[in-house]
Amino acid sequence: MNGVHDMGGMHGLGPVAPDPGEPLFHAPWEARALALTLAASAWGRWNLDESRHQRELIPGPDYLRMSYYEKWATSLAELIVRHGLVSEAELATGRPDPSAPRAVPPLKGADVPAMLAHGGPTLREIGSPAAFKVGDRVRARNLNPTGHTRLPRYVRGHVGEITRTHGAHVFPDAHAHGQGERPAQLYQVKFDARALWGEAAAARDAVFLDLWEPYLEPA
Amino acid sequence: MTDHDHHHHDHGQEAPSDMALRVKALETLLVDKGIVDPAALDAIIDTYEHKVGPRNGARVVARAWTDPAYRARLMDNATAAIAELGYGGRQGEHMIAVENTPAVHNLVVCTLCSCYPWPVLGLPPTWYKEAPYRSRAVIDPRGVLGEFGLTLADDVEIRVWDSTAEIRYLVVPERPAGAEGLSEAALADLVSRDSMIGVAKARAPGAVR
Repeated sequence: MNGVHDMGGMHGLGPVAPDPGEPLFHAPWEARALALTLAASAWGRWNLDESRHQRELIPGPDYLRMSYYEKWATSLAELIVRHGLVSEAELATGRPDPSAPRAVPPLKGADVPAMLAHGGPTLREIGSPAAFKVGDRVRARNLNPTGHTRLPRYVRGHVGEITRTHGAHVFPDAHAHGQGERPAQLYQVKFDARALWGEAAAARDAVFLDLWEPYLEPA
Repeated sequence: MTDHDHHHHDHGQEAPSDMALRVKALETLLVDKGIVDPAALDAIIDTYEHKVGPRNGARVVARAWTDPAYRARLMDNATAAIAELGYGGRQGEHMIAVENTPAVHNLVVCTLCSCYPWPVLGLPPTWYKEAPYRSRAVIDPRGVLGEFGLTLADDVEIRVWDSTAEIRYLVVPERPAGAEGLSEAALADLVSRDSMIGVAKARAPGAVR
């Protein structure tokens, strides 16, 4: 979707504000929001791509205003209701429905190291060969899906060069929407800065993106 | 607000923020329903507060600086080389190391969200997740680096890595001059988080941290 989250190449969003003394969490609730998001995802009712898409669905003005963990907490509340872990009424009152049996958390404290150590690898074996090889010129397709995509607007329609092949990876555009993993070949693609931004860009600078085969066509 | 609440305020207790209350309510509900185990929440937070952070990445870089065979393995298969030091997993499942040289400077961003190599750098700083950096790192990397106080020569080639998939990038900064006699542990102290994102260089030996 062409949301405000897809902000690569925009001007006017202010100067970067590095804070060398920044704490890991600005308040305890940020840590809790992070941990709740990871722990609730252990139910497997949604995946990382759907989580990302949920945050993209936050209306643009709110997305730009909210802090990072406010986006996480807001999205988690949406996900747990949509996927039936919590009812609307329970979320509104903050109290469990007394008639609902108490669940057993799938992730115990002792399971956390193994869960984090395993992560969620996305590399898959698929039968079909890669359409492109290193050195090929490719054009990022002019796609404007209304759902989740990892093809930023700023490369659409531009020509780049395959610089590395990553094998087939889970395809977020399908995976975020309950359509299965649909793994597709993933490529590292180099775009010259001047191809993206014009002659004012430095001649040798480049931007590299990892793009799935359905995003690309021969150029 | 009641007088009682005011009384608390007068004695310096800050009222919980709206977000603190919302997240507390969410946590209470999810724990009461048996959706999450409080011990798991504590273990997750403890991991990122005490175990996983940029010291991990600094060890990887210092090893690469001192051990040419390790450096070769890191550049060939970063996921495996980083696993040799015991790091890997969530948000670092598929790693690539990119190396700075006098002629090439690498900079990592996630324009679409906040993808970041957690096992080697920990959780990302706020600026990495916010709009100013995400929007301009790709179109104006020199301007962004300037906001970090880093000016590169015009003939240095800048490679910006936009983390659009589950591939995570670790910048191996240049080893600073004057660090020849240092141990691997002392070298790791020169490797800042920011130098492994590409918005800074490694510290010079003896520089104030």
